[in-house]
Amino acid sequence: MEHIELFFKSIFIDNMIFATFLGMCSYLAVSKKVTTAVGLGAAVIFVLTVTVPINWLLDQYLLRDGALVWLGPEYADYNLGFLSFILFIATIATMVQLVEIVVEKFSPSLYNSLGIFLPLIAVNCAILGGSLFMQSRDIPTLGLALNYGFSSGIGWFLAILAIAAIREKIRYSNVPAPLRGLGITFIITGLMAIGFMSFGGMLTGGDEKKPAHEASAAEVKTEQIQKENTKETAAAVSVSEVSTLTKQ
Amino acid sequence: MALLSKKDSRLILDPLADNNPITIQVLGICSALAITAQLKASIVMALSVMVVLAVGNVVISLLRNVIPGKIRIIAQLIIVAALVIIVDQVLKAFAYELSKQLSVFIGLIITNCIIMGRFEAFALANKPWRSFLDGIGNAAGYGLILIIVGFFRELLGSGTLLGFKVLGDPIAKTGVYAFGYENNGFMLLSPMALIIIGIIIWAQRSRNKALIEE
Repeated sequence: MEHIELFFKSIFIDNMIFATFLGMCSYLAVSKKVTTAVGLGAAVIFVLTVTVPINWLLDQYLLRDGALVWLGPEYADYNLGFLSFILFIATIATMVQLVEIVVEKFSPSLYNSLGIFLPLIAVNCAILGGSLFMQSRDIPTLGLALNYGFSSGIGWFLAILAIAAIREKIRYSNVPAPLRGLGITFIITGLMAIGFMSFGGMLTGGDEKKPAHEASAAEVKTEQIQKENTKETAAAVSVSEVSTLTKQ
Repeated sequence: MALLSKKDSRLILDPLADNNPITIQVLGICSALAITAQLKASIVMALSVMVVLAVGNVVISLLRNVIPGKIRIIAQLIIVAALVIIVDQVLKAFAYELSKQLSVFIGLIITNCIIMGRFEAFALANKPWRSFLDGIGNAAGYGLILIIVGFFRELLGSGTLLGFKVLGDPIAKTGVYAFGYENNGFMLLSPMALIIIGIIIWAQRSRNKALIEE
């Protein structure tokens, strides 16, 4: 059950592009044609599915507070969390390289379709963002981490596919000259993101942990406005909060 | 600008307008949009990127003859990651609340396309001082957009600027709220950042026709 919930949540509610704007650079740069968008989207799904579980293992057994306890009780109070950026990005860069080599060897046709995009992916924010969100959301098991990587990859794929299709059509429309190209793409993405917000109410009443700073804000009993502010920033962390904000 | 030669000062001034990293080069949008609901977070993000980009550009430029071409991406990533860790730790130590708000987006500076883009396009081929200026200039251009977006989102969305209630108190109905003005809560939601940037691009390209695509 929680697998299904996480799956749909990562695709629709916490969509990488529309909720957290991860991977916008390649999303804007490679969405001019549907075929190339499909290639990049597939590569993102692939790499996310591989890197998120690996980084989950790293986080669980190396980085988090007290994670080194399996070495012996005297290691229990080590917290290597500050190293997570460098380890995650190193994993991603090496995995991308490895994936490239393996794919080239065993499936040259796939390599030809993904080939140019694979090196680009190492610096795609969606990949590192997937691992960092996996860490900050405390995903509990390896299976869920795999699920999270795969489904947020699918979410990214859907987003780039949709915008590529729209951009192919919009070429025939009469867009004001200064908005042509980049400007209209931004505005369309904004409108699509508003559309995707309507998925926010799809899964409610989950047992999701509330972000710590929201709880502290309630303690201080700040005014309504300030609460909305903190809620908004929490929305970057969990978009289910967005649904509560829109209901207000 | 007696301090800088004309060529050097262009390095700083160009990215502020006609070669802006966000609106023209389309770099570094990833980690920028989600944190612009408040002006303060935007400013902190802009400063963090400026530190990382300026220092990183200098480091890469110093090492440009040492780094082998084939593994340069990994070398660059490691250098950026180290710098970002420093920024992250400093923020955690001196501005803990803010670093909570920025959540993973400080970490995402690593994969911010601006950083890699400038390393590849500029620092690998230029001397340290010019690379430093290029880093400052591009980060300033990035920060400028961030601050414009943050300004409008915070002003229209919650009626405050940097936390000060510039439009009056919405509960006690003072200031403009006395005339029935309401905050536009929609501005606080992330899609509005995209639309505001779309409008900035529109304004910029209407002013400078040379930038229009197609």
